Amino acid sequence: MRYVLIGAGPAGVVAAETLRKADPGGDILLLGDEPEPPYSRMALPYFLVGTIDEAGTYLRKSETHYDDLGITFRHARAVRIDPAGKTVALEGGESVAYDRLMIATGSRTQRPPIPGIDLPGVHPCWTLADSREIVRRAAPDSRVVLMGAGFIGCIVLESLIKRGVKPTVVEMADRMVPRMMNAAAGGLIKKWCATKGIEVLTSTKVTAIEDTGEARDPLRVLLDRGAPLRAALVVVATGVRPNIAFLEGSGIETDFGIRVDSHLKSSVDDVYAAGDVAQGPDFMGGWSVHAIQPTAVEHGRIAALNMADGNASYQGSLAMNVLDTAGLVSSSFGQWQGVESGESVERMDEARFRYTRLEFDGERLVGAICLGRTDQIGMLRGLIQSRVRLGDWKARLMEDPQRISEAYVASTHK
Amino acid sequence: MLKSLHIDPGKCTLCMQCEMACSYENEGLFNPAKSRIKVFDFHDRFVPYTCTQCAEAWCMSACPVDAISVDHATGAKVVSDDLCVGCKVCTIACPFGTVNYNHDTGKVIKCDLCGGQPACAEACPTGAIAYVDSDWTGYDKMRRWAGKTDSGAAQAHA
Repeated sequence: MRYVLIGAGPAGVVAAETLRKADPGGDILLLGDEPEPPYSRMALPYFLVGTIDEAGTYLRKSETHYDDLGITFRHARAVRIDPAGKTVALEGGESVAYDRLMIATGSRTQRPPIPGIDLPGVHPCWTLADSREIVRRAAPDSRVVLMGAGFIGCIVLESLIKRGVKPTVVEMADRMVPRMMNAAAGGLIKKWCATKGIEVLTSTKVTAIEDTGEARDPLRVLLDRGAPLRAALVVVATGVRPNIAFLEGSGIETDFGIRVDSHLKSSVDDVYAAGDVAQGPDFMGGWSVHAIQPTAVEHGRIAALNMADGNASYQGSLAMNVLDTAGLVSSSFGQWQGVESGESVERMDEARFRYTRLEFDGERLVGAICLGRTDQIGMLRGLIQSRVRLGDWKARLMEDPQRISEAYVASTHK
Repeated sequence: MLKSLHIDPGKCTLCMQCEMACSYENEGLFNPAKSRIKVFDFHDRFVPYTCTQCAEAWCMSACPVDAISVDHATGAKVVSDDLCVGCKVCTIACPFGTVNYNHDTGKVIKCDLCGGQPACAEACPTGAIAYVDSDWTGYDKMRRWAGKTDSGAAQAHA
């Protein structure tokens, strides 16, 4: 059996490793379109700070890892898929044949269509190449404007502060991390940033970027309200979108991402998708793209088992994120926005920057947000994903939502 | 044969020796807050709780930088401080809440079975925590829960 995997991020790499175990004799070709060995975007903020070098971002540390497993890793970009002929066309004209194909092409950053977005010094922070450029430009004491205060924006912010730059964050929405935090939590993160001397402008749009030609902080960032900002560097973190453009005309069904079933199979036989590019079953019975590391590796593993003639069914991905914003750790899980006719409870301790909110559907926990707490937060995933009935513990949690770990152990260790 | 921690809540007296021993062994100080084993006090019963070194190894597979690996001598999933970047993804990926972030070091900590001589088991005066052959450990309960939180792969292996 010849397996071809397009994309060498976590989903592709885990899939290749899983295929090797499931089909010791299979022929596995892993394609990556960046020049480096497979690496982790998650690790880039730590490369920016200098905690790790480039090799520290690699998904697997042994230089011979892929060779050792008999996985062929090739630097190549897929430009077209022909499901009828079962081939993948590569940039440069070559094409490779497959018996089973996985598309794990991840996502790409969106650049808002504003004047100046392509100027030198305006960068996303998505690839190692981007990161090198940011390291080069983010000199201590230089001014940096961060467009977007989402997950990526916040985590890059943390790194930029550690590099000693003066950052200003510009976010279109009315709060920070709008897709991961509610108004109360987002507001608390903004307040935290203020105490750290970080300027955060919410409900504000960048309208244009200009090059002044001056030596110091040459970029001028125009806003829809307030005075323009100066910057040596503008980091664009305004969201990502699945890489599906190259699938046009292939017959593979796409919506926001590639539609896959609970076996991670696409609408076309022998073609699977995993990770950020896949729109698969979610834990609440819908179809979502959850562009997060845990979903990527779960997708990769399950898709690979099925590609190797196994029968693994995915229970659905659960949204979850953990974020460190200049030292304040926040996390959110599942249906943190709540569900219809559900109940919720929250505790806010503004002075200590702590916040907990739990969302229930009947006796079950379905979502949560935590700020200022890191101990045993995984139990929130455990409570949601095991769908455990909380019984008496529901009332106790409504009284004191901090008692998460007790509720978990009491409910699961009877 | 691999050994595992066998926990019998019925024998626990809430003496907290395990938490003291764990924090001293791993962090060099007697501080239950830094312990990798936690004893839950439900008034009528006390439940020592730590990582079961589960087969799913959610923490290990979620780690983006390969910082968690299996110690083949003990079966423990062990965090490499040299490789851990402190991203905390494992702390939300582990549905048991047994990988935790240490603010002082900027790394995560979890039970590593003390390399094969778990200090908690050695310190436990009543045998509520024992280090025994894996065949007959009482992790079944947690493993059942691991099954319920499973993302699908276990069914394929079954």
